[in-house]
Amino acid sequence: MNHDPFQWGRPSNETYGAYNHQIANAGVPDNTTHASLDAFPKMHTQQPIITGTSVIASKFNNGIIMAADNVGSYGSLLRFSNIERLIKVGSETVVGLSGDVSDMQQIERILDELETSEEVYDNDGGDYLRAANVHEYLSRVMYNRRSKMNPLWNSIIVGGFYRDRTPFLKYVDLVGVTYSSSTIATGFGSHLAIPLLRNLIPEDKDYVKVDEQQITKVVEDSMRVLFYRDARSGDKYSQVIIKLDEEGKVVFEFTKEVKVENQSWRFAKDIRGYGSSQQ
Amino acid sequence: MQTTVASEYSNEIHSVPIEHRFNPYSDNGGTVLGIAGEDFAVLAGDTRQVEGYSIQSRYEPKIFDVGDNIVMTANGFAADGVALIDKFRQQLKWYKFDNFGGKLEIKSAARYIQHLLYGKRFFPYYVSTLIAGLDEEGKGAVYSYDPVGSYEREQCRAGGAAASLIMPFLDNQVNFKNQFIPGTDGKEKKPLKYLTLEEVIELVRDAFSSATERHIYVGDGLEIKIVTKDGVRTEYYPLKRD
Repeated sequence: MNHDPFQWGRPSNETYGAYNHQIANAGVPDNTTHASLDAFPKMHTQQPIITGTSVIASKFNNGIIMAADNVGSYGSLLRFSNIERLIKVGSETVVGLSGDVSDMQQIERILDELETSEEVYDNDGGDYLRAANVHEYLSRVMYNRRSKMNPLWNSIIVGGFYRDRTPFLKYVDLVGVTYSSSTIATGFGSHLAIPLLRNLIPEDKDYVKVDEQQITKVVEDSMRVLFYRDARSGDKYSQVIIKLDEEGKVVFEFTKEVKVENQSWRFAKDIRGYGSSQQ
Repeated sequence: MQTTVASEYSNEIHSVPIEHRFNPYSDNGGTVLGIAGEDFAVLAGDTRQVEGYSIQSRYEPKIFDVGDNIVMTANGFAADGVALIDKFRQQLKWYKFDNFGGKLEIKSAARYIQHLLYGKRFFPYYVSTLIAGLDEEGKGAVYSYDPVGSYEREQCRAGGAAASLIMPFLDNQVNFKNQFIPGTDGKEKKPLKYLTLEEVIELVRDAFSSATERHIYVGDGLEIKIVTKDGVRTEYYPLKRD
């Protein structure tokens, strides 16, 4: 038997003579080599494969909150249910990623490298890595990759604090578009969660009137609505709250495996707001 | 395409396979407007940023004071706009290092921006660029560009999503196009004159509130940067948020 990977399983040529491909008019040509296959053009990401759905985030009076579920979808298949999409960078920044999971893992490594070089090697004990720095860095990475026509297929939200301790929240995506707002959501979240969040924080400046308890409740509601209506979402999510305590010190609360509670799967006719009749 | 059975889907039958390709551009809406006066110039833009039918942010400013009494905006694909303005700022910094902190005249800035844009002729910055400031004589100046760097100095120019709604209004109200002296039976044109800053601000506000009514990519807020010999100042007016 021939053990060459391209000819595997065929009768060996020494014993039986070369196979005549003309018989079936098919198969890998005899002159195929490893080098000729390696000459295949290098490909760039043209579409995401394993994907994570929405990330939602908001400012509140003394910090920021961010949430993302733990599902990794392969098209419409629920392929993974243990993907962590919120990552801590430095001491007071969180980065939430949706979109392609392999590109997300690449970004994780880039950010890890950034943290090592900035916080370990180049830090003289003075200033340190903040959310604004992380966001600027990421936006350059994303824009450069799209300019090479080789994008990182993600939408990213960065949350943390400015130097003066006011909350920071900003977005960047696969083409390098950035913006800031008091409430930000990616993917389906921008359709389903943003209306709920903006209901609580109608104008950007209004986040100062909202406390942690209020915003946590709305984020909880948003994650439930997303679970109901986004087919690629899950009922288990991670949540990060970064806030200032009474002494003005940063508290980083990372909560994993939060369940979507108070679900209602009652028959739609009997739920207020669904039936045709007035209730 | 000829088919045996008439089908509603005939327009979806392709003779060549559909190709999917990464699109490096997006349209982030917004509109901008520059008007030059006798001893001032203004650059105005709404503060809404969109993607499709979603409003990404209600306050994402896109008019920037880039230094040397020049204000600049690049409206269209937001990431390219930011990149272009960053690049100009960086080069202005180097110009200062190389020229003992000397002032960059607006006509030189204008020519330089042409080179920045044309330098990416075959992968363009997808933006309408405007700059405003004062020329060497202290007169208001507005320069406008197409995405690949073709530019000219003008009295006024609108760019971005609602440019086609605002520009004809400006032709009429700033350059007095189609305006005639009453009683001359449309024979004698209304003579040109410089508008005052107050008149210009009113025009800008009217232009943006009207564009907000008719264009979904325009709204939320209006930010105006005003350049005079005393420097740059900013004014903000709310627009409808629907």
